[in-house]
Amino acid sequence: MIGIINYGAGNIFSLTSALERVGIKYGIINSEADYQQYEKIIIPGVGHAGTAMRKLTDTGLVPVIKSSHKPTLGICVGMQLLTDFSEEGNSDLLGIIPLKTLRFNEAVSKKVPHMGWNQISPDPDSKLFTGIPQGTYFYFVHSYFIEFNTKFTAAICDYGIKLSAAIQKDNFYAVQFHPEKSGAMGERLLKNFADL
Amino acid sequence: MLSKRIIPCLDVKDGRTVKGINFVDLRDAGDPVELAWQYSEQGADELVFLDIAATHEKRKTTLDMVKAVAKQINIPFTIGGGISELKDAEALLNAGADKISINSAAVRNPQLIDDLAKAFGVQFVVLAVDTKSLPQGDIVHLNGGRIPTEIRTQDWVKEAEQRGAGEILLTSMDKDGTKSGFDSLLLKEVNDMLNIPVIASGGAGKEQDFIDVFQQSNVDAALAASVFHYGEILIPELKQLLKKNNIPVRI
Repeated sequence: MIGIINYGAGNIFSLTSALERVGIKYGIINSEADYQQYEKIIIPGVGHAGTAMRKLTDTGLVPVIKSSHKPTLGICVGMQLLTDFSEEGNSDLLGIIPLKTLRFNEAVSKKVPHMGWNQISPDPDSKLFTGIPQGTYFYFVHSYFIEFNTKFTAAICDYGIKLSAAIQKDNFYAVQFHPEKSGAMGERLLKNFADL
Repeated sequence: MLSKRIIPCLDVKDGRTVKGINFVDLRDAGDPVELAWQYSEQGADELVFLDIAATHEKRKTTLDMVKAVAKQINIPFTIGGGISELKDAEALLNAGADKISINSAAVRNPQLIDDLAKAFGVQFVVLAVDTKSLPQGDIVHLNGGRIPTEIRTQDWVKEAEQRGAGEILLTSMDKDGTKSGFDSLLLKEVNDMLNIPVIASGGAGKEQDFIDVFQQSNVDAALAASVFHYGEILIPELKQLLKKNNIPVRI
């Protein structure tokens, strides 16, 4: 069963609805005792990365998340939290995956936020993307992004520059797009995570 | 590549869609969830629900509808109509809306844009603008285009971007309902000025209008109501045609 970390950064109704649509059982994590009851963990999140990190710290769950061996999926800002640092408010984050979260540079001459459906190229070996073809569209909405990295990037997206649409390290997985809003393929990804 | 978005707009009153909709096999043409589902199945990229009778008393019905849509629909959607306070927006967010659109309330109180962006993030705030060409220029209109202001549309969208709007939904009152095509000239001018996404609205009558607006103005999305509701344009065919014209779309 999947536990969703509830730390007040954004609304989780869309996520729980998506899980219900595909028949994945879930519960809500408010404390360390809750955390221990679930085999898999989702860290959702929208809004400001620095604010989200503060709220996550307030739950007292940071040490248990960092030392966890449970499959964990970060979504959007929940993804950015897994990195070392964000240029949004120059915030130190969880530091689980040694990457940085950067602001879209004006030099890229693309609109910010990066909003809408964009294509991704998933790593064919990543179990998170089983059955999800190259070039599949997912729904993105973000103003900060995680740099492309050959070691940790599990799916690439091109928005004037290459960015990490998904990253992966050991038991930690994360996606920049919103699987709960990305049609049938988004639901497939959530199923893939539940099946890991 | 980031795709251009096609957005059907549904008018809602008391939690039910109004205006004729002629999908085949509809059990209930007034049920917003069923219509939303039909559109998402057809390949709509996003949906906009316009609550045309939004009042505080009716708000609860709208919230129930938003919840039902969020539960069953797997693409993003925006709710507009009658949002004038932070608590209206928060209730919609908690019910599962991805974005809210504000219009007259933001013109009367521009600080609302800042407050919403700060509380919920820029991605949540769509500024809808009804614009009409008058002798003195392109002028922002209020209350569904009935009341002219003294504000130039170009100035207003720029100010809104600076205040924290995440997207602009620009409706040309000159074109709305005419089915003579989008106002590509003004849309291009606005799109070139801004660094946030722009949604074109008003004037869609045939498939070629969508090709024209994307090619001529490079806006990010195009919204229409009646041509989709009455089945005059089918989204799968429209998207194939856009693709053939080298406009990136999600198929």
